[in-house]
Amino acid sequence: MDYFAQQLINGIVLGSIYGLIAIGYTMVYGIVGMINFAHGDIFMIGGFIALISFLILVSIGLTVVPVILLIVLLVSMAVTALYGWTVERIAYRPLRHSFRLAPMLSAIGMSFVLSNYSQVAQGARVKPIPPIITGGYTLYEQQGFVVRLSNVQIVVVITTVVLLAIFTWLVSKTRLGRDMRACEQDQTMAALLGVDVDRTISMTFVIGAALAAVAGMMYLLYYGLVDFYMGFVAGIKAFTAAVLGGIGSLPGAMLGGLAIGLIETLWSAYFSVEYKDVAAFSILIVVLIFMPTGLLGRPEVEKV
Amino acid sequence: MKSDCILAVDRLSMRFGGIVAVNDLSFAAERRKITALIGPNGAGKTTVFNCITGFYKPSSGTMRLTHDTGREIQLERLNDFRISKQAKVARTFQNIRLFPGMTALENLMVAQHNALMRASGLTFLGLIGAPSWRAAEKRAIELATLWLDRIGLRDRADDAAGNLPYGDQRRLEIARAMCTEPALLCLDEPAAGLNARESASLSELLLSIRAGQGPSILLIEHDMSVVMEISDHVVVMDYGVKIAEGSPQDVRDDPKVIAAYLGADEEEAIALMESGT
Amino acid sequence: MTAPAPEKTAVSHAHGIAFILKKALISALVALVLFSLMIGIRTEAGPTGQLIYWTRFPELASMVAAVFGGSIIVELLRQWWGPVGTIKVVPPQVTSALAVARRGIAPVLLIFTFLVPVIFYDQRYILDLGILVLTYVMLGWGLNVVVGLAGLLDLGYVAFYAVGAYSYGLLAKNFGVSFWFGLPLAGILAAFWGVLLGFPVLRLRGDYLAIVTLAFGEIIRLVIINWQSLTGGPNGLDGIPRPTLFGIPLTPGDDGLAAKLGIEFSTTHRIVFLFYLILALALLTNWVTIRLRRLPIGRAWEALREDEVACRALGINITTTKLTAFATGAMFGGFAGAFFATRQGFISPESFTFQESALVLAIVVLGGMGSQLGVALAALTMIGGFELFRGLEQYRMLVFGLAMVLLMIWRPRGLIGHRAPTVFLRHSQAISSDLVKEGHG
Repeated sequence: MDYFAQQLINGIVLGSIYGLIAIGYTMVYGIVGMINFAHGDIFMIGGFIALISFLILVSIGLTVVPVILLIVLLVSMAVTALYGWTVERIAYRPLRHSFRLAPMLSAIGMSFVLSNYSQVAQGARVKPIPPIITGGYTLYEQQGFVVRLSNVQIVVVITTVVLLAIFTWLVSKTRLGRDMRACEQDQTMAALLGVDVDRTISMTFVIGAALAAVAGMMYLLYYGLVDFYMGFVAGIKAFTAAVLGGIGSLPGAMLGGLAIGLIETLWSAYFSVEYKDVAAFSILIVVLIFMPTGLLGRPEVEKV
Repeated sequence: MKSDCILAVDRLSMRFGGIVAVNDLSFAAERRKITALIGPNGAGKTTVFNCITGFYKPSSGTMRLTHDTGREIQLERLNDFRISKQAKVARTFQNIRLFPGMTALENLMVAQHNALMRASGLTFLGLIGAPSWRAAEKRAIELATLWLDRIGLRDRADDAAGNLPYGDQRRLEIARAMCTEPALLCLDEPAAGLNARESASLSELLLSIRAGQGPSILLIEHDMSVVMEISDHVVVMDYGVKIAEGSPQDVRDDPKVIAAYLGADEEEAIALMESGT
Repeated sequence: MTAPAPEKTAVSHAHGIAFILKKALISALVALVLFSLMIGIRTEAGPTGQLIYWTRFPELASMVAAVFGGSIIVELLRQWWGPVGTIKVVPPQVTSALAVARRGIAPVLLIFTFLVPVIFYDQRYILDLGILVLTYVMLGWGLNVVVGLAGLLDLGYVAFYAVGAYSYGLLAKNFGVSFWFGLPLAGILAAFWGVLLGFPVLRLRGDYLAIVTLAFGEIIRLVIINWQSLTGGPNGLDGIPRPTLFGIPLTPGDDGLAAKLGIEFSTTHRIVFLFYLILALALLTNWVTIRLRRLPIGRAWEALREDEVACRALGINITTTKLTAFATGAMFGGFAGAFFATRQGFISPESFTFQESALVLAIVVLGGMGSQLGVALAALTMIGGFELFRGLEQYRMLVFGLAMVLLMIWRPRGLIGHRAPTVFLRHSQAISSDLVKEGHG
């Protein structure tokens, strides 16, 4: 039971990270109808930016952990958001009225560019950092097995919740959020009504990238390492989460993220660690076949 | 006993969530005659078509198709491609659905897919170039050429369908449907977007199809001149229900029909008629 | 349809130096922020496991300067040539000359390919490169059936390549199956997996279809890596028997082919044999595809790509049409995989990554989906291009990614801009690819 409880905690933490990435996928799919293949690599870039920022801050002598965390958070969000903006400007906007296939292949190309760019820029080897946040709480102890909630885990979950709250407020209460929802429904009409569609779409990518950056930083804090390939696998899993939750639905993305995180953690704990990725990919296939609208999505009727 | 009606629609209903698109509709289409389904926009005509041609599964009701051989088929039990393949019901679409990247001739060859698949021995005879396959292919091209002649597009047989003028595309779509050798031909607004000359040409084509020992025709149409000229029988729908049925003249003078189209109510329509419009 | 030439209006004159400089400055600033941490700082795991870093400000400065300069150049080109799409980079006279020459390209290319081992007999490097190119040509032709003809976006094609390679490898190594039996078996097994993939994705469209096929490809790779007892896991499978000419091995001994023919043995013999083997396989793929296009099944594939709804209305069984497309494409992938296994003698999961799928897809798209010649030329270009990066491997995928982005912006329909009809009354007229649908899966 305590083993299960520990896995539950771990799963929720992992799921929060996936959820943050999944929001980016679902927002972009909702507004421009494309799967942003490069989004997973944006997450990876976020992790790298966080890593490098940490390094610099620590080396110039800063030791107050909360201050470091805050600065790293802001820097990685800002810089990664710029990456997201740039990718959209270069690779997607010119193709907005092109053939259906074009943005996807462009996104795949961009994904290769980003992952190889970080490989070239920072070397192919995994980058480890010592734990920044240490310590935690022992929740429960029985027969030698300890259920532990570490401070890192608390930070991850709280950051996620706070950001989710800010983000939900953004989408439902601000002008930008309204513009985004309008563009999701009918781009042409929104444009006719004075919405700056280009800017709204750009902001969607920017926000998605910022959230992915947070996920990257959380990943770095939690696992203590980044590598240039982590975007690919995490990207597919996060996309699975977005689909599971219902593509286009923001609470769905978070819900899906938690679900995937839990499934992956529990699977690794009780079945086999090697095949955990296979489990995640299989879920994607199963969901898309049997429940393509996901848990919280809206069904579509075919128009003949 | 072979009945006179090829298609008997009985109490057909189609619901989408809370919306009732078609409500308890019953009508019959006579063999080798042209039956028109008319009504204002949103009346549910295309929904009926989609039920008949297997794109929607009706919420309730039956549609019985009776072939010349006496064989009866319940259309609501078939779906998808089987409606065309087994029940021999062909259709055209409101927004033309040709294969734009293929030539006119290729479009007509695709229509003969099932016959050609059998003749090619599920591809294997075709791969080795067996004589029986080559003969079948030749016959298929001949049928296609026949239809191209009938619609006056023989000179443009090798042009991409997407490059053809609109009127030609409409006629090509009908020819393509005819190449499946159907028992029932369903046309969804075949005259939409055609000018007067093209409409007349279309009417001529449909009348000639009826004159031959060909399929029965069921069509949706807004162009009243075409409906009046060629239909043997008219069914009028509004808000998903049948509001009138009869010969073209009967329907034209029916106050309920006028009211539906004008958006007026029945008394106003009768008053309009009696005032001599 | 040609667009009118862009006119020099008063507005465009206002896009003077100031505008260009401003744009370049903004680009450079963005580049500065983007590159500041990633390029300006270089991290690495130090000797004690600790993370260390050093600065690379000169590289950072040069990259930002490159972006600045590049932005100016791009802006100048854009003003000079007009927006992308109206650019007629190649003047009309050249394109019409090319159209005439195009008829001759295919036969000339074919003859040249046949003669490559003769011309370059001593140059092992060229022969190896030729084998590599032909392998990708075959993979491209195989994927072309699925993506180009049927319009089904498959991002996991490498799975069938892997199934073919491992099936043949395991059969040959454990059961002594000869290549000529193993090859069709590998194809059948791969086709089986193609059908297995096809079933679940029947109702999926576009992006969803793509990502599920990607997931499928990854699953196959992960299973291969982890099922160590069967596949040898990450260490791969080695000791796969080399091919024989119908049982006669190409070895130096007395029972070898060289001895039988009475000529002196040389290791080049095997390379030449492999070259003609893959050429034969590729030509088989090509021949079958061309024939299938003219048969109802091939026409149904293309009709499926053009308009699935219309196909259903014409009585075409969409399910079997899609499944046969997947199965046929998979079969050719399987053949290629078997060849790959026997050529290398050793296979490992590293050869079957998503990057391979993306590469083959890029070849098909670059070639102009559906065009046999286009795919062949695209494979030659891509693989040849990759070879140029020998020694600069790290930059290879980076440039590949950029090339994909540029290709989509500039020429999304590929090199060959038209489709050839499969039957005609009077004469075959090429159909511009603007009209040809790309398919939604």
